[in-house]
Amino acid sequence: MLENYFPILLFIAVAISVGAAPLVLGRGVSLLLGTHRPDSEKLSPYECGFEAFEDARMKFDVRYYLVAILFIIFDLEIAFLFPWAVSLKEIGLLGFISMMIFLAILVVGFIYEWMKGALEWE
Amino acid sequence: MDLIYSLPQLALQLSKDFFGVDLGTYIYILLKTLVLIGCIVGGLQGSVAYLTLWERKLIGWMQIRMGPNRVGPLGLLQPIADGVKLLLKELIVPSGANKGLFVLAPVLSVAPAFAAWAVIPFSPEVVLADINAGLLYLTAMTSLGVYGVIVAGWASNSKYAFLGAMRSAAQIVAYEIAMGFALVVVLMVSGSLNLSEIVNAQGRGQFADIGLTFLSWNWLPLAPMVLVYFISGIAETNRAPFDVVEGESEIVAGHMVEYSGMGFAMFMLAEYASMWMIAMLTVLMFFGGWQAPVNWAVLAWVPSIVWLLGKVFCVVSMFLWIRASFPRYRYDQIMRLGWKVFIPVTLVWLVFIGVWMQTPWNIWT
Repeated sequence: MLENYFPILLFIAVAISVGAAPLVLGRGVSLLLGTHRPDSEKLSPYECGFEAFEDARMKFDVRYYLVAILFIIFDLEIAFLFPWAVSLKEIGLLGFISMMIFLAILVVGFIYEWMKGALEWE
Repeated sequence: MDLIYSLPQLALQLSKDFFGVDLGTYIYILLKTLVLIGCIVGGLQGSVAYLTLWERKLIGWMQIRMGPNRVGPLGLLQPIADGVKLLLKELIVPSGANKGLFVLAPVLSVAPAFAAWAVIPFSPEVVLADINAGLLYLTAMTSLGVYGVIVAGWASNSKYAFLGAMRSAAQIVAYEIAMGFALVVVLMVSGSLNLSEIVNAQGRGQFADIGLTFLSWNWLPLAPMVLVYFISGIAETNRAPFDVVEGESEIVAGHMVEYSGMGFAMFMLAEYASMWMIAMLTVLMFFGGWQAPVNWAVLAWVPSIVWLLGKVFCVVSMFLWIRASFPRYRYDQIMRLGWKVFIPVTLVWLVFIGVWMQTPWNIWT
């Protein structure tokens, strides 16, 4: 059972090195062959040729936060649905109806969000 | 051929002789797994490189242009030239950036895009890790990709990067819900989280019995889910027409704006690897994976992996076709499509399929 997961662990390690190796390689090659002449203009944040003004970590729209909150609710709902969906053929009508009641409660919440305008972007 | 098949036994024997029976077996398994992983990762990197060329060629043809044709015959060496160019570029770390996070972000976006391939079955026998929670692992890995984008946007300390990352995060999580519901519907009809089992379940049914396998695949009863899944996949990978994240004409390149050279290349690698991933998952879950569309004797000689890769290639080309055909969405339109169209549609279809499965006409027994 557990030995099936060993290739996955190894694969994750390889995947991380696939991401890291080119960065190290690129650093090495650019040090050896390429030019490396940083100056203060080059290292300033890109702003279409203007001098960067204000801090980039500025206030942002609260709706992004709202979307994140809504996402947590729905993603949890999906996490609950996964085991139910896999065993649906075994649990029969009773299992189906119980999950429909759960879904109905969440749909009421979804309609409430919709009516409150939480999903509006203009 | 006999030599190729006897090689693993030979290697196992050698390893046992050299390190002793116990240790030798472990080392053999380790090496074998590493070789298989190398094949998948190498193949994927090659596919990513040539997908960039195919994208430029195909969009070129669609706009009655030639596409790249200078480097090598038919432009076939173009991806290599691009790679070498990016390798030789100067690496810039902006002075205002959080250095550690700035370097970490490309790795965070590439690693999950590659690691997800561990559980993909390429044919009935060829699968690296045939685990029972395959689909769960896949959803976990594909969800992690958003961290790379957020960390890149935050660490860059640039307004464009920050705006791009915020947009991207909100867009990805919105479409992830629709994707999740589409997956739940697939799970309901196949009754397993194992990807091989999901594919095999599609080969059973009344149509498959009379040889028309393609009518038994999930795409027919779950047609709205295919559309939702594929379109959400485009939005998840931030491809056109949902590419406001890097919308060139307004926020330049979004979260990638401060990256140069290999850092930039890593984000591109992650994006194209995710495109292959979405295409692969669409084929595995809705289009019968490695199964032939019709069960006729004339087609029996075609290996199963050819069917799988052929289908995946068609789906990936759809990505490019869509990019060439549609203008970019506005951000509020994207969010409306995700929350107000896709989520209700998937919920309704989930209930519909659920009710269908409770009736005597249930086709998924």
